[in-house]
Amino acid sequence: MTRKQKRVLLRIIIAAIFLVIALILEKSGVVQIISSVFYLMSYFVIGYDIIVKAVWGIRHRRFIDENFLMSVASIGAVFLGEFGESVAVMLFYQIGELFQSCAVAKSRKSIASLMDIRPETARLIKGNDVLVLSPDEVQVGDIIEIKPGEKIPLDGIVIEGSSEINTSAMTGESKPVEVKDNDEVMAGCVNMTSVIRIRVTKPFNKSSVARILELVESSSSNKSKSERFITKFARYYTPVVVIAALALAIIPQFFITAGRMEWVRRALTFLVVSCPCALVISVPLSFFGGIGSASLKGILVKGSNFLEVLSKCDTVVFDKTGTLTEGNFSVSGVYPEKLSERVLVAVCAAAEQHSNHPVAKSLLKASGEDYKRFKVSSLKEVAGKGVIALVEKWEVAVGNNSLMEQIGVVYSVTGNSETVIHVAIDGDYAGYITVSDQVKPAARTAVEALKESEADNLVMLTGDKDEVAQKVAEELGIAKVYSQLLPEEKVEIIEKIIKEAQGTVVFAGDGINDAPVLTRADVGIAMGTLGSEAAIEAADVVLTDDDPTKIVTAIGIAKKTCDIAAQNIAFAISVKILFLLLGAFGATGMAGAVFADVGVAIIAILNSMRTLRYKG
Amino acid sequence: MKKVFKLEDLDCAHCAAKMEESIKKIDGVIDANVNFIAQKLTIEADDNRFDEILKEAQKRCKAVEPDCEIVIS
Repeated sequence: MTRKQKRVLLRIIIAAIFLVIALILEKSGVVQIISSVFYLMSYFVIGYDIIVKAVWGIRHRRFIDENFLMSVASIGAVFLGEFGESVAVMLFYQIGELFQSCAVAKSRKSIASLMDIRPETARLIKGNDVLVLSPDEVQVGDIIEIKPGEKIPLDGIVIEGSSEINTSAMTGESKPVEVKDNDEVMAGCVNMTSVIRIRVTKPFNKSSVARILELVESSSSNKSKSERFITKFARYYTPVVVIAALALAIIPQFFITAGRMEWVRRALTFLVVSCPCALVISVPLSFFGGIGSASLKGILVKGSNFLEVLSKCDTVVFDKTGTLTEGNFSVSGVYPEKLSERVLVAVCAAAEQHSNHPVAKSLLKASGEDYKRFKVSSLKEVAGKGVIALVEKWEVAVGNNSLMEQIGVVYSVTGNSETVIHVAIDGDYAGYITVSDQVKPAARTAVEALKESEADNLVMLTGDKDEVAQKVAEELGIAKVYSQLLPEEKVEIIEKIIKEAQGTVVFAGDGINDAPVLTRADVGIAMGTLGSEAAIEAADVVLTDDDPTKIVTAIGIAKKTCDIAAQNIAFAISVKILFLLLGAFGATGMAGAVFADVGVAIIAILNSMRTLRYKG
Repeated sequence: MKKVFKLEDLDCAHCAAKMEESIKKIDGVIDANVNFIAQKLTIEADDNRFDEILKEAQKRCKAVEPDCEIVIS
């Protein structure tokens, strides 16, 4: 509790004591003046600042303000001779306000501590010296050292040492990741087993940590429809209730003679119930909790409005490469004519060693160290077709069908649903190698989970050829496939899907080339690791570890958050209406109304904190 | 110019909304946003008059919630 809050608590306790004394004195029949004095003291202790604020409010021309209403209600009660009620109104109101401010502070703090990924220090290596600095003082290119158990303060590349990293703070994944020379590490993760030194690649304010924190904080600025509804509701609710109070005070006087004071009393109760605090606080809190708990799982949501849209999702459209598949090719089969498999792969890898093509990379991976044994010279890369090189004394051509046709070699025709690399040595066909992109095991889990949920309309889009697309779709169990698509065609298809869908449409892609589709979908989820600026820009939700099962988690969190917000809205509004009715019929006094109000606020705020806990 | 400020003692979400409305209406303000949860105020306004706009924003902020203050360093 802050000092201000502690002071209010003290006032509440003192005022409550005075109130109790006053009540006892009154009941025991002592001279009225003495009990009145206690009532008065209690009233001032607890209510003086509300009255001051009310006057302040009038000066700024804000009549319909909580402080004013509470003041009018309690002063009115004094005139009616209901001293106890009068004090009770102020007392309960202050309790409610204190609770509200504590709950909000606690909520903010618990999200902050969950998100306690901010590193405090960095150990800079300068020559033989080690300097301990704040992370924002370290420059790009500097070398920093991270001991086991420490939080990695900046993004960088490992230059010395190897260790295991705990990425759970950033991605929600508890399985440790091994890193060694030349591997990238993210700020915010914890180094576990041994000392490593890294070369810093990004300044602190551009590091993954800083960006996540910024995203979560600014996400509350993108308000959901519920939050905007509440703001609008509050604006109309209060004046309407005040007018109703006036009407209640005056009109029945002409018809029913329950005593004019009685109607004024009921009108004052109305005034007291006109405060919409519980509602206005609890809804933003629930969404903030939802966004916070999503970030813990490595799901960065850019706004509460996206949580709402996600909760109504019934269609998920996937991009194939990089989302459902690993995105890097690997050798799946070797079919040599005469040579051994190992030699064929090594020869190809040797020829392709300087190429950046994903196929070349997969050949190198498959060959291991073997290819280095061959001497390679006069390398020629034929764009779109392959590579021709002199390996030892053989002329080796490695490439696709068109390369073989170009050099006039007859090749094996395969109606294969994989990418095929043919090899020719000295003009003779030497065999072929198939290379394919692996389906992510997590993709299978994700698709199964989605099929069991409400988001069971699944579609796959890809620019890759039909046979490959079909094979992946079959493996995963996705019925609707659109293949061989150009980027514009992807956008057209998404628009068609959106028109036909009843719920909202989610598109999951890897961002770099899917920006227009990410933007067009109702919710664009980017499978970007935090390095990809384009992904973060275009998407509404970013998954920090490219795991498709997080899509299911995201939808789950969204649904829970929206449910809790809806519960709060329904609960608060119905209790308010109930008490308005009770008040109108004289079934409850002012104190009761304020008490109920405070109770509702407490329940609503506690309920909204449930969004922080999501297990899924 | 767009700048972000911390708001101290902003406890009432309703007040945050009222403040946002009020600051948006200040002459020279292009856009304003009050983030209740993060306790931050973002103002996008005329470069030349930024200081006086900020002073006016402080006044309006206090008018809505007397306890709340924009932290101007």
